[in-house]
Amino acid sequence: MESLPASLIGMGLAAAGLGGAGVGLGFIFGKAIEAFARQPSAEGPLSKYIWIGAAFVEAIALYGLVLAFIIMGKGG
Amino acid sequence: MNFSLVAEAWAETAPNVAAGAPKLDPLHHFQVVNYVKLAPFGFDISISNSVVWMWLAVAVAFGLFRYALRAPTLVPGRMQSVAEAAYLFLDGIVNDVIGPSGKKFFPGIFTLFFFVLFCNWLGLIPGSFTVTSQLIVTGTLALSIFVLCIFLGVYHHGWKFLGFFVPHGLPPFLLPLIVPIEVISFLARPVSLAVRLFANMTAGHTLLGVLFFFTVTLSWFGAWLPFGFTVVFSGFEVFIGFIQAYIFTMLTCVYLNDALHLH
Repeated sequence: MESLPASLIGMGLAAAGLGGAGVGLGFIFGKAIEAFARQPSAEGPLSKYIWIGAAFVEAIALYGLVLAFIIMGKGG
Repeated sequence: MNFSLVAEAWAETAPNVAAGAPKLDPLHHFQVVNYVKLAPFGFDISISNSVVWMWLAVAVAFGLFRYALRAPTLVPGRMQSVAEAAYLFLDGIVNDVIGPSGKKFFPGIFTLFFFVLFCNWLGLIPGSFTVTSQLIVTGTLALSIFVLCIFLGVYHHGWKFLGFFVPHGLPPFLLPLIVPIEVISFLARPVSLAVRLFANMTAGHTLLGVLFFFTVTLSWFGAWLPFGFTVVFSGFEVFIGFIQAYIFTMLTCVYLNDALHLH
């Protein structure tokens, strides 16, 4: 396989990791809303952890971006 | 990571719209440009745009707090309460995560938070340079924290620091399985700490670069949509910059706590 098409395919595959992060973010906020609906007074102390968790999950998606950058530097 | 290589590769792969049209090059603003070349004894200490914006971040943080506390009063004014809120916020993190023995690390953690925060925020000014979007900067910060943690752990616990890799209540026959996992996860800490901040900043600014490109190149009736997105995402990036500085600081506290108290 030539290196440019292969690197483009690889970059696209690296972006597929975003799907997992999407599922994770959905879980975080869905469960958070569920928790707040059950116990509205927990919103204050819990919202901190939601944003921390969201940042962690986003970072995992962005590792895919870093991989795409690395592939971009190799091919082309 | 060598960004000029990446940018060249991108310029080759990006579709050429038309001759003379602005080229899609969202990685251009990550390129390090040397203003003054300095390399005594083979060490490259050139003054680049990265260095200048790092100085600016430090100057803004320093100037802001000097201005806020120029005439401290018992009942704080507007600027003074901002500075006090920042102090209490970080004091809360240190106290929650490390406890009373973290007091002596507070100045360092305060400085770390505001350095990362202002590097993130100053990068949002159009035409500026995001210092934290360079893996070498975040990597240096993360590695120095990592080395400090190892040093503190060995200093406080000596050989017992190796017990860090053995969780409590572990059956002995699981040791050969768990200990390598613990060692690898310990060694992955500086990598994940550095790459998280670097990737967040790079991704956000690349996205903003692409959106700005569409705003400039699309016709007037098509440009309002990407322009609206640039407004929304600029606000979102302010939030992300804060959250990432917070995460970086909090994980530093967690690692220091692990080194001090051996979980």
